Amino acid sequence: MRKLLLFIPLALFIGMGFFLWKGLYLDPREIPSALVDRPMPAFELPSLTEPERKLSAADLKGEVALVNVWATWCPTCKEEHSFLNQLAQQGITIYGINYKDEPVKATAWLQRYLNPYREVILDQEGRLGLDLGVYGAPETYVIDAQGTIRYRHVGAVDAKVWKSLEAIMQQVQGAGA
Amino acid sequence: MSRLLVLLLLVAPFSWSAIDAYEFRSSADEARFQQLTAELRCPKCQNQNIADSDSPIAKDLRREVYRMVDAGAPDTEVIDFMVTRYGDFVLYRPKVNSQTWFLWYGPYLLLGLGALIILFIVYTRKANRRAKPGGDNLALTSDERARLDELLKKDTKA
Repeated sequence: MRKLLLFIPLALFIGMGFFLWKGLYLDPREIPSALVDRPMPAFELPSLTEPERKLSAADLKGEVALVNVWATWCPTCKEEHSFLNQLAQQGITIYGINYKDEPVKATAWLQRYLNPYREVILDQEGRLGLDLGVYGAPETYVIDAQGTIRYRHVGAVDAKVWKSLEAIMQQVQGAGA
Repeated sequence: MSRLLVLLLLVAPFSWSAIDAYEFRSSADEARFQQLTAELRCPKCQNQNIADSDSPIAKDLRREVYRMVDAGAPDTEVIDFMVTRYGDFVLYRPKVNSQTWFLWYGPYLLLGLGALIILFIVYTRKANRRAKPGGDNLALTSDERARLDELLKKDTKA
């Protein structure tokens, strides 16, 4: 019995070591979104492509879709842009939120790198971004047909990330049908 | 040269801190703003509060806090505003709930546990001593006593 007690420090050390080792592989930038399973925040903002037309949360309803927050000042957005184009070609609905950007630059960007978005919401002041809890572009949300946020990914979307996003989209689709 | 250096050193801290020009209605409002921005964590640069951070998001959040403080919103409303958008993560002073009670009360639990262990050790030592009163374990058998006498005798002879 006494001898077993002597092993307590070793056990504590191993336990701590395990958690610290696990911690090495966690990404502290991944904060779960506070808005998961909540409706898209209300907004009324102009479209980037047709500035006189106002878009609102109702325009995002109808099908399971991705909502991508991007800006021309964000290098990672450029990185993921060609992948988003691919997804759009595959028939995935992607809405864009142009976050704290200049419309002229954003329009030029979409002309140059092609436009994967069904609609681009112009959020010049970052109000919608703030309501969404955006803290760094790019961010990509999965929303269901009712416009409820189901998932948030921070960082670029690439083939690996898309695998998990696709699974979530299919799951949401299944649950909604 | 050295004067210039001193001057630079004097000026440097001011140029590093985030500067916003906010006009407050009262010093109470200003104190509330300082307190709130010091307790809210910047979602982007995670080891800074929004008062210290220079990132654009922290600037936006400071502006929001200012707007609400200026409109006379209570602290709880400001905190709720942040939590609904960024989650409990933004609170440098986390709320007490089922997920965080260990964080709040764990140290007291560990302190209590430590005290119990010390009491246990002290008690068992005392109990041990009481079980063998008068240093019984020091008593020698007759053989040992004879040997000791012999050795001592040798010693005095030498």
